[in-house]
Amino acid sequence: MTSTIFFQQLINAISLGSLYGLVAIGYTMVYGILRLINFAHGDLLMFAAYVAIYMGALTVFPWYLSFPAAILATGILGILLDRAAYRPLRDAPRISLLISAIGASFLMQNLALVIIGGVPKAFPRPEVFDRVITLFDVRIQVLAIYTPIITIILLLGLLFIVYRTKVGKAMRAASKDFETTRLMGINVNAVIAMTFFLGSTLAAAGGLMWAMRFPQVNPFMGVFPGLKAFIAAVVGGIGNIVGAVIGGFILGLGEILIVAFVPQLAQYRDAFAFVILILVLLFRPTGIMGEPITDKS
Amino acid sequence: MGRSRVLAILMALAFTLGMFGSASAAETVRIGVYLPMTGSVAAYGEMEWAGIRIANEMQPEVLGKKVEMVLVDTKSDRIEAANAMTRLIEREKVVGVLGEAISGNTMAGNPISEAAQIPSVSPTATSPLVNQGKEYAFRACFIDPFQGEVAARFAREQLEADTAAVIIDIAQDYCVGLGNFFVKEFVRLGGKVVSTTYIQTGDQDFSAQLSAVQATNPDIIYAPNYYTEDALMARQARDLGLEQPILTGDGAQADALIEIGGRAVENMYFTGHFHKSAASTERAKEYIKLFEEKYNKEADAFGALGADAYFLLVDAMERAGTTEGPKVRDALASTENFQGVSGVITMGENGNPIKSMVINKVQDGQFVYVTTIDP
Repeated sequence: MTSTIFFQQLINAISLGSLYGLVAIGYTMVYGILRLINFAHGDLLMFAAYVAIYMGALTVFPWYLSFPAAILATGILGILLDRAAYRPLRDAPRISLLISAIGASFLMQNLALVIIGGVPKAFPRPEVFDRVITLFDVRIQVLAIYTPIITIILLLGLLFIVYRTKVGKAMRAASKDFETTRLMGINVNAVIAMTFFLGSTLAAAGGLMWAMRFPQVNPFMGVFPGLKAFIAAVVGGIGNIVGAVIGGFILGLGEILIVAFVPQLAQYRDAFAFVILILVLLFRPTGIMGEPITDKS
Repeated sequence: MGRSRVLAILMALAFTLGMFGSASAAETVRIGVYLPMTGSVAAYGEMEWAGIRIANEMQPEVLGKKVEMVLVDTKSDRIEAANAMTRLIEREKVVGVLGEAISGNTMAGNPISEAAQIPSVSPTATSPLVNQGKEYAFRACFIDPFQGEVAARFAREQLEADTAAVIIDIAQDYCVGLGNFFVKEFVRLGGKVVSTTYIQTGDQDFSAQLSAVQATNPDIIYAPNYYTEDALMARQARDLGLEQPILTGDGAQADALIEIGGRAVENMYFTGHFHKSAASTERAKEYIKLFEEKYNKEADAFGALGADAYFLLVDAMERAGTTEGPKVRDALASTENFQGVSGVITMGENGNPIKSMVINKVQDGQFVYVTTIDP
């Protein structure tokens, strides 16, 4: 393998890894606050992509208006999702919440299927993201540069909100103990709604980046990123925001490099993600950045 | 007293409904259709179903009875395809089946119809394995050994390729088979295959495979996969700076390929079943006219093959003079010089038609006819 090809593969890996990381941040954040695996996270991705497509097709909005609108719409959908599927079960056993999440995910996929149909739609990639630059014989899609940058910016932004603002403080308090937080005069439902809003906007950002990289949008497009983001989040230490990004990078690097070095194993690249997941669960159940398990109750 | 009266009315109702039910069953010929209407290859199902409905409009009756079609979605999945076939035969009591669109799914359905002695005609399952050892399985399309051969010849002679990279979707019988047939013929003609890499249905990121292909610098890329993978792969290949011609199989001929692939699929060549401008039969002309009136778009290959599958089955029932499985089967097997939409069809061994093939390419965002190759 020449060094050019190696660097090309490295760029491929960083770009894919940051995409996984981006989707994983929102996943892990919702878990960190609520201890809820939000299985519908991937479907929020799909929703954002469709909103962006239809905004672009039906209105004259350029992408820099339709994308934020799609993100905002997805954030609102996230709040509604919490209202309809999770809030009524706030005091129910955690397993009920999990099942409700799976149900919400299926509902969204099949609604999209009924309303829009199963044939994939093309996602228009704005000119800005469509360029390719060549650097020492390595071809770099500008998207491959933007994705890690956007991931890092969103990560820092989220860290700021969680650790430096009042809402963030309330979120962290709620993640420790709902009851006590309520006793302190904090509107826990509002805090959770905010959590879902943030998580969903992150999902939407991930969805748009995903759709630009793989420009075919179908009702089940969220399943695959959702799964990968879940693995990335667990590998990084579920609930830990920085960990999610690290987990995403590990996954992306591993998947690309396994194909790069041993092309014969290309069909096992998905298996690779699960092998990592199993290894982490065996040897470090709380993930790379995870804190030791403490029971929250 | 009131209760028994209600009961009596209900029973009378049930009786009349039952009578209607059985009466209508006797007056129609029920044909089952199982196609991927959702999932990764939904475009095929959608196109074939559109074609089948036109064919049904052109010939709504068989043996003096109305043809009634029952559509079941296979969700582009093998297990769902097997379930769909079981449901068509056991619950819907159909006398013949059309479908599935892709080889892997048809291979899941065929053993079930075989066991029930119900003839099935697949519009576009091209893998030779689909009909192997089956008495009741037929199709309306050519098969992959021929397709792979033609592609290899085209690559060697027209594209003047000495080296080729092959990218195969390992999860699909069709892609694996077609890839192998191509490689065999390409090597026989003196070409060299410099790399073989694998992808999987549903994969979206091919950058690693493509970078590996790039290192071997082939003259052409042969990627006999389905349209979604073809389109995404072409886009990523062009982004990575691979400018080689891409050659693929009949699975490429869906509008979604161009919609998703955009500029990246320009000049993509593929072997296909049908192109509107090469249509020769009277039936094709009538079909194209009706199709374009009804759907307001160009008649496509998968629709044409869907229609042919319908015509073949109905024609066989007409010739057999019955809808009994074994007799229809014999009539199907002896189909000769049938003037179909996609060309003239003669049923060869194993329910595999002998028919010609077209080579198309993508030009200015449209499928353009290049040439016809006879068997």
